[in-house]
Amino acid sequence: MTFKLGVPSKGRLMEKTFDWFADHGITLARVGSEREYSGVVSGIEGVELVLLSAGEVPRELAAGHIHMGVTGTDLVREKLPLWASQVKELAPMGFGQADLVIAVPDHWVDVETLDDLDAAAAAFRARHGFRMRIATKYHRLIRTYLRLHGVADYQLVDSQGATEGTVRQETAEAVADITSTGETLRANHLRMLADGPVHQSQATLFQSLTAPCDDASIAAKEQIKARLGLRD
Amino acid sequence: MVQSPTEKPAILAEAARLRALFEAAGAQPVEAPILQPADLLLDLYGEDIRARAFTTSDPLHGEQMLRPDFTVPVVQMHMAGGADPARYTYSGEVFRRQEDDPERAREYIQVGFEVFDGANPARADAEVFAVIARALADVPLRAAVGDIGILIAAINALSTSARRKAALLRHLWRPNRFRALLDRFGAAEPTARRAKLLALDDPFEGAGPEIGLRSRAEVEARLAILRDDANAPPIPAVQVELLDDLMALRAPAPAALSRLQDVAVDMPAIVPAVDLFEARLAALSDQGVDLRSLEFEGSYGRTTMEYYDGFVFGFYAEGRHDLPPVASGGRYDALTRVLGQGRAIPAVGGVIRPDLVLMLGAGT
Repeated sequence: MTFKLGVPSKGRLMEKTFDWFADHGITLARVGSEREYSGVVSGIEGVELVLLSAGEVPRELAAGHIHMGVTGTDLVREKLPLWASQVKELAPMGFGQADLVIAVPDHWVDVETLDDLDAAAAAFRARHGFRMRIATKYHRLIRTYLRLHGVADYQLVDSQGATEGTVRQETAEAVADITSTGETLRANHLRMLADGPVHQSQATLFQSLTAPCDDASIAAKEQIKARLGLRD
Repeated sequence: MVQSPTEKPAILAEAARLRALFEAAGAQPVEAPILQPADLLLDLYGEDIRARAFTTSDPLHGEQMLRPDFTVPVVQMHMAGGADPARYTYSGEVFRRQEDDPERAREYIQVGFEVFDGANPARADAEVFAVIARALADVPLRAAVGDIGILIAAINALSTSARRKAALLRHLWRPNRFRALLDRFGAAEPTARRAKLLALDDPFEGAGPEIGLRSRAEVEARLAILRDDANAPPIPAVQVELLDDLMALRAPAPAALSRLQDVAVDMPAIVPAVDLFEARLAALSDQGVDLRSLEFEGSYGRTTMEYYDGFVFGFYAEGRHDLPPVASGGRYDALTRVLGQGRAIPAVGGVIRPDLVLMLGAGT
């Protein structure tokens, strides 16, 4: 059985993933045209490179379609409710760092913590007749976090891109999004809550706990782990 | 707990048996649509309901949810023109998302008994409990009871501002936030961060421009509230202790009553709620319930998403912490107040899970 390694299919994430593996003596490369999503692994027998969107990697790992995959811990936690029983974190890769944060307009000087956000949400609902809207694509992570901390009177509205702009457009009152430097938040006059990030993510190599294996795929896995200096 | 195809007929037969018992107890059978409008449930329960209910979209009617329980449609049906007093029973599937535990059922049958009768709340509470207890008589179960009404009365009795009481009442069903609020209101000083903000001449200095729907006036209004609150005296430690005692109280019902009466000496405002508790115990005893078998838990019902605001109860399989309650229920006047836009109808009810009754009954 071929051992399948899933990696991000484009952009800086792909380049840094290739570099990281190269540093460990495993050469990954795309083949064919720019538009064709296939690749090769040289240096280890029996490994197929599968190029995927980083957002699809968690699902493919959980389904057992790929044996290992590179994606952010935020995406794994958002998309796989039972992630710890489906995938195993093998190695943090030291790039793609991003914090998932809740941010409010900077002019809300009365809102510094979740405690304030909750009180402001109650007042907002009483005044405007609907729950305070938080724009995000991380619905599960944010909802779980806010429930754990007992925040009420909010609603999540879906935003798959340009989330920081939703406040100015008045389609949301606050946002929950990933940020690496906070620059985009500041440029949009948003400020993160003082409680700290909801989750700190980075690109991570995961192993599927559900993918079928045979002698050949186990041998390939052991070779990769040996190159990466990982033990079971 | 995934059912095999041969189990379902047995569960349906058990559900029919339970519903017949409820009908014999005077309840009128009713049905409810499986698809419920999502906006009402979201308005009632907030974003948390999305983690518990399956949502589906309807091109003409907007977002719909597969009914997570029967309470809301039954209350709506009753308010739209039910008899008064009224007793209802129903039997059917409810649907729950399970994000944390794949072993928990996503769809199961509930058989319910609901009483809308304001004549004598203590007696109605006892009636619902006793009817359900009799239906479960053949299954070895432990009964737990609580009374959210006592906690509400105790919060209202605190020597503090109406705003702080409202904040505590709003979060009574969210224990973590409730604890944080109680600790904050019991502290003599605001946090250093808060003190720093309130000491500023112009808190808006250096802050970003006004963007979004929440206006500067709303921010100023809350700053005024925070200033006011910073000067409020802390809730006296002795009162926080009494409230903590109430929430931590666990004892067989008769012993719990005498403990509650002791607390009421120091907190006279809870006397009416404790009197109601005593009247309920008397009514339960009249119904043939052995009061010593009832375990009172002061915080019972605080972690459910329901709008219980008085008597609450649950029946549990002894030694089976992996199982949800076999039956549960309580008084939900607050829900009828929200759904009736101010017009409340006293209501108490409970549900049984026939699948669990069968499973536990078969083991004995």
